[in-house]
Amino acid sequence: MAIRTTAAPTGSSPGGPSGGGRSARRRAARQPYWWFPYLIVAPAVIFEIAIHIIPMLTGVWMSFVKLTKFYIRNWANAPFIGLGNYQYAIDINTSVGQSLVRSFLMTCAYTIIVVGASWILGMAAAVALQKTFRSRAFWRTLFLIPYALPMYAGIITWNFMFQRDTGMVNHLLVDQLHLMSSRPFLLIGGNAFGSLVTVAIWRMWPFAFLMIMAGLQSVPTDIYEASAIDGATPWRQWRTITLPMLGSVNKVLVLVMFLWVFNDFNTPYVLFGNGQPPAGDLISFHIYNASFLSWDFGTGAAMSVMLLIFLLIVSLIYLFFINRSGDDNA
Amino acid sequence: MRGNSSNGESSSDDSGTTLTYWASNQGTSLANDKEVLTPVLADFTKQTGIKVTLEVIGWNDLQTRIQTAITSGQGPDVLNIGNTWGVSLQATGGLMEFADAEMKAIGGSDRFVKAALETGGAPGTTPTSVPLYGLAYGLYYNKAMFKTAGLTPPTTWEEMVSAGKKLTDPSKGVYGMSLAAASYTENAHFAFINAAQNGAALFDSAGKPTFTSSGVVEGVLRYIDLMQTDKIVNTSDSQYDNGTLSVTAFAKKKAAMIINQNNADATIISAGMKADEFGVVPFPAPKDAKKDVASHIAGINIAVMKSTKHKDQALKLVKHMTSESVQETLGKPFSSLPVLKDGKATFTTDADELKVFTEVYNTRSEPLPLVANEDQFETSVGKAMNNLFAKVATGTTIRSADVSSVLKTAQDSIR
Repeated sequence: MAIRTTAAPTGSSPGGPSGGGRSARRRAARQPYWWFPYLIVAPAVIFEIAIHIIPMLTGVWMSFVKLTKFYIRNWANAPFIGLGNYQYAIDINTSVGQSLVRSFLMTCAYTIIVVGASWILGMAAAVALQKTFRSRAFWRTLFLIPYALPMYAGIITWNFMFQRDTGMVNHLLVDQLHLMSSRPFLLIGGNAFGSLVTVAIWRMWPFAFLMIMAGLQSVPTDIYEASAIDGATPWRQWRTITLPMLGSVNKVLVLVMFLWVFNDFNTPYVLFGNGQPPAGDLISFHIYNASFLSWDFGTGAAMSVMLLIFLLIVSLIYLFFINRSGDDNA
Repeated sequence: MRGNSSNGESSSDDSGTTLTYWASNQGTSLANDKEVLTPVLADFTKQTGIKVTLEVIGWNDLQTRIQTAITSGQGPDVLNIGNTWGVSLQATGGLMEFADAEMKAIGGSDRFVKAALETGGAPGTTPTSVPLYGLAYGLYYNKAMFKTAGLTPPTTWEEMVSAGKKLTDPSKGVYGMSLAAASYTENAHFAFINAAQNGAALFDSAGKPTFTSSGVVEGVLRYIDLMQTDKIVNTSDSQYDNGTLSVTAFAKKKAAMIINQNNADATIISAGMKADEFGVVPFPAPKDAKKDVASHIAGINIAVMKSTKHKDQALKLVKHMTSESVQETLGKPFSSLPVLKDGKATFTTDADELKVFTEVYNTRSEPLPLVANEDQFETSVGKAMNNLFAKVATGTTIRSADVSSVLKTAQDSIR
C-alpha cells in the first residue's frame, strides 16, 4: 500500500499514468493538479509529433507507394506497391542497385576516414593547448574558425582552391613547392574523393577539438602533477589518464560525428555542384538525386528508410559495446 | 467597368491583385534580370492595376523550386520553365492547361512559331506552357583567329575539327574550342543533336528510352572525341559546369570556337569581346550525316500554376509578356529570338548572325523528346557524359563500348 502511494505522482506504476482505474481517480481526488506536469510536457510532445514523428511516418508511407512526377501533386493517391521500391533500390542485378551499393560503401569509407582523422586532430590540438601559455587563446580561436564559418562560404572557398588551373592548391604544389610537374585535377577523377575528405575533415575536426577541450577541463590537474612526479611520460599520461577520463565525452563525440558524417549532404553538394563526380555520390546525395533529379520520391524514401534502419542498428551496437566496456571498466 | 480577361482589359478586381512571378535567369546575372524585367512589369501594373512580385531564380535551383511548388501547392502564379521540361512538368498536373479559352485570353495560338508552341506539351495534348524566349545553338568563332590562320568558318563537322586543330596551341593555353563539359544539361543537348545527325532517336514511339542504339552511342562518342581524339578542347573544360565558363574562355580568346545558344551574345560582350570580333555559323553536321540538325528547339516557356487563385490576372501577365512590344523590348537584353510568327528579332544588329540563328531556329531545329521522362533523360545521360569527359581528362581512353555501357546505366535509371 505504501509503495502505491509513493509511486503514484510520477506515473511509474505498471498501468502507466492513466491505467489505474479506481486508483487513478483516488489519486486525482487527493491531488487536484495531477494534470499539471502533463500540461507542461504537452507542447514538447505536440511539436515532437509534428516535427519528427509525422514526417518520419510519412517517409515510411512514401516508401511503399509509387510516388513519381505523375503523382507528386496528388501524392495521397499514389499507387501502393508494397516493397516494390525497396526491391528496385537494392536489386544489384540492375544499375540502380549497383550504384546504391557503391554509394553506400563509399560513404562507409568516407565516414571512417573523416571521423577517425577529425578525432585524432581534435585530440592532438586539445592536448597541445591544455597547458597555459601566452598565445593559447589565439590558437584556440584560430582552430575554431572552420566551425564558426558559414558552411557554404567555407566549402565554396575550397572549390576555388581546388580548381585545376587557377586554384591555390595546385599553385602551391606545382609552382611554389615544385612537388609536381603538371597540374592534377582535384575535383574530378581519382583525386576527387581525397578532396572531399579533406574538406570534410577541415569542417569536422574543430567540433572534436571543442568537445575534447571541454572534457579536458574536468580532468583534475593534480593527477597529472602526481604522475609526473612518478616519472610518467606525456604519452603514458595521455594513455592512462587523459583517454580514460575522456571516456564519456568520446562516446558521445564519436557517435554524433558518425551520424553527421554518414548523413553529410552539404559537403559534396556545395563542393562539386552540378559537375558532381562519382566520388561525390555519398548516400545522402544519392538519395537526393533519386528523389529530386529522377523525380522518384518513392525510391528515395525507401533508400532513406533503409539508411535510417542501418544507422539505428549501428548506433545501438555501438552503444551496447561502449556501455558494456564502461561497465567492465567500472 | 468590369473588363473581360480575354481581351486584356482591366477589371475592377485587378487593382487589388498581386501576382507572384518566378522568372528564370536570362541576363548576365540575377540582378541584371531584375533590372531588365522591373520596368516591363511596372508597365503591366500601370496598364492593368495588377501588381507583380518578381523573383528571379537561377537555373540550378529552378527545377527543384518548381517541384516543391507543385507538390505543396504553394508557389507562384506565373513562372518561367525551360522549354525542354515542358512535357515532364505537364505530366505532374501542376500547371494550368492552355485550352481554347485560355489561348484566346492570351491572344490565340496562331501568334506563336508552331515548332516553339509544340514544346508546351506532349503531342496530341493540351499544352501547359507557351513559348516566351526562343533560343538556338550556333557555332561562334573568333574572326581574327580564323583570319590569321587562313581559315574560313566551317560548314561540316570535319572542317570544324580541322580548324580546331590548326587553332589549338596548348603551350599558349589556346584551344580550338571550349565546351561546358561538366554541364549535364548542355551535354544532354549535344547527345540529342549528335544522335539526331546520325538519324537516331532517344526514345521510341512508345516513349521507351533507346539510349544504347548505335546512332546515339556514336553521336555521343563523336562529341567526347572533340576532347579525347581531336584534342581541340582543353581537358580543364571537364570542370566547366555551366555554359558561362566556356563563353568566358571564348571571350578571353582562350578558345577560337564555342557552340552556344544565341543568348551567349550578352555574356561574350560583357566579358570584354566586341560584337564585331565574333561571327556565327550553324553548328555543323558530319559530311555523311543522315540529318542536318543544328540545334534543338531551345528556349524558355511561360506557364501558370494550376493552384493560382488569380487565373484571369495571370493570363493577362502571360499575354503581356508574349506581346510583340515586350518581346521586342526583352529580345535585346536577353538575346532571345522572337517566339511570335511576326516577331522582330532585336538581339543583334549583325544581319548575318540574325540570319543564321533565325534559319537554324526555324528550319534546322528539332524539339527534344516530347515525352514525360525527358527531364530524366537530361539528368541521366548528361551526368553520364560529365563522367566520360572527366575520365578523358584524367587519362582514361573511352571507346564505343564504354559509352554504350554508361548509356545503358542511364537508360536503366529511367523507371
